[in-house]
Amino acid sequence: MASVAIGEVYKSFGAVEILHGVSVNIEDGEFVTLVGPSGCGKSTLLRMIAGLEKISRGQIAIGERVVNNVAPKERDVAMVFQNYALYPHMTVAENMAFSLMLKGVSKPESDAGVHRAAEILGLVPLLARYPRQLSGGQRQRVAMGRAIVRDPAVFLFDEPLSNLDAKLRVQMRAEIKELHQRLKTTTVYVTHDQIEAMTMADKIVVMHDGIVEQIGPPLELYDRPNNLFVASFIGSPAMNLLRGEIAIDGSPSFRGAGGFSVPLASALSIPNGEPVVLGIRPEHLRLSDDQGIPVTVAVVEPTGSEVQLIGRTAGGEEIVANFRERHSFTPGETIRLTAEPGLIHLFHGETGQRFQTRADQ
Amino acid sequence: MAVPSAAIQPRSSIFSRILSRWSESRNALGFGFMLPAAALLLVFLTYPLGLGVWLGFTDARIGRPGIFIGIENYEYLWSDAVFWLSVFNTLLYTISASILKFALGLWLALLLNQNLPFKSFFRAIVLLPWVVPTVLSAIAFWWIYDSQFSILSWALQQMGLIDHRINFLGDPENARASVIAANVWRGIPFVAITLLAGLQTIPQSLYEAATLDGASRWQLFRYVTLPLLTPIIAITMTFSVLFTFTDFQLIYVLTRGGPVNATHLMATLSFQRGISGGQLGEGAAIAVAMIPFLLAAILFSYFGLQRRKWQQGGGD
Repeated sequence: MASVAIGEVYKSFGAVEILHGVSVNIEDGEFVTLVGPSGCGKSTLLRMIAGLEKISRGQIAIGERVVNNVAPKERDVAMVFQNYALYPHMTVAENMAFSLMLKGVSKPESDAGVHRAAEILGLVPLLARYPRQLSGGQRQRVAMGRAIVRDPAVFLFDEPLSNLDAKLRVQMRAEIKELHQRLKTTTVYVTHDQIEAMTMADKIVVMHDGIVEQIGPPLELYDRPNNLFVASFIGSPAMNLLRGEIAIDGSPSFRGAGGFSVPLASALSIPNGEPVVLGIRPEHLRLSDDQGIPVTVAVVEPTGSEVQLIGRTAGGEEIVANFRERHSFTPGETIRLTAEPGLIHLFHGETGQRFQTRADQ
Repeated sequence: MAVPSAAIQPRSSIFSRILSRWSESRNALGFGFMLPAAALLLVFLTYPLGLGVWLGFTDARIGRPGIFIGIENYEYLWSDAVFWLSVFNTLLYTISASILKFALGLWLALLLNQNLPFKSFFRAIVLLPWVVPTVLSAIAFWWIYDSQFSILSWALQQMGLIDHRINFLGDPENARASVIAANVWRGIPFVAITLLAGLQTIPQSLYEAATLDGASRWQLFRYVTLPLLTPIIAITMTFSVLFTFTDFQLIYVLTRGGPVNATHLMATLSFQRGISGGQLGEGAAIAVAMIPFLLAAILFSYFGLQRRKWQQGGGD
């Protein structure tokens, strides 16, 4: 087991720079997810930790050792690939034993290691099969087994669940998390699925266009997103974002397109007339009789556990609200929605950076 | 006017009914589509093959249809030293050329599979020997091996490695080595390009996984490349062996089987006896004698392909 320190890492492919100075510290035994949209550089970063890509600038250390010039096999990392990368001509047992065989581990010892890993993952009945004879979930498990057998310092997962169907994905998600709780091996997990990142990680690294947007525990990212990107990326359905400006008339409030205003927490040091983006999570919106944002109901989606409402503000912006109560709405009717001032996020209108509110301190 | 059209009506409707029943029957339609190809194969493959086998049992000569003489031709060949020499030559030629083509072709394919600059240019260049008509390259080799004007001899002399010119095609041993070298030169592209295609079907992630598992370059080749390439190797080498075993043009242009039959292959001997010598029956018998060898090569490929299923765990 080991910590991983990524310091100011740059990566260029030819003239194109993919990563622009990424720094992440991963504690020993931590489960960290790298999350971001396609092309944000998260997989490249993972492959640089594995040693499959060269580091253009900056350094990566595993444990105490800087591994920039250390060969992949010397890094003591195991990786689970998106397409599993199982050797098609080897049985499950041979796939799992391959690294041990290369290391020169004796046959009985390697058999014992394979058996132990197979038991953890429920693979014992499949040991004599070939990858082609396995289902997607089973292959996924073999790929994990191959990693476990080596007892590496760091596990690397590269979007391991994206080839599975939705139900299996949820199941494997829980299995991977359980596995981590059992083995406590430092894990770096790449995904583009923010739900996966939220549910599994101790710490999330949100990446976008080759930079780190925010690092933190899942709920911190959810409750205090640093900027508009994180605010819109984390959470499903996404946070409602409304453009407008600050109006200070005794106490500060937000004035949105279409003329409505939303009262804000009083201790706010934003000048009058400043353009801002107001962020409210769908589940923080509640119905109000006389004040708040006037919304025309467009679609109502009852799911049983909650009612999801999609509506439009007078300015034409879309707004989504979730209610635990079983309200009934008619499409076309106008309702008013408000939120607690403490649950309202404010972002700078141009830079997209978060304004610190009192709840943040 | 109405009467004849009424008379034609039933006939055409019977015809169209048969046609529509045919076009809706899977088997009839399939048979119909197969017909042109089947006709071509029958006329240009099955008939000549059958005729060849039949001629082998006759004493036919050019200008005289033969009569059935049983296995007399084969009995004669059985005791014919030149025939056995040609069998030996053919086996030597096929085995050594195939081994060389495989080794060099695989090496070339591995080189071309790497990220070299001008990759597609090199790939195109490699195909050249395969693209040039055999007779043309054979003539080029004829000059290269010429006893007077050989560029090889000249170059080696200039480098001071030899004293006098090498008699490439005049000495039995040299002649064998020379025709094998020419065949290897010509056959490498096929092996290299086919194996290259096979190499490119091996996913990069397998190499990455094996690298992380701790494999060295040699171990990557031994445990990933080679086993996954085996099915392609089996097919490629079967074809290569078939081509080499039945080779005719190179030998015919370079040596015509000489010196003293040292480079006579079964194909060239068959031509010499059957066409040049006019003994059609005997020539045909020599050609038919090649069939068991070719069948053996095809069976080898068949079992090579069976192995593929087992390897990839199919047929569960």
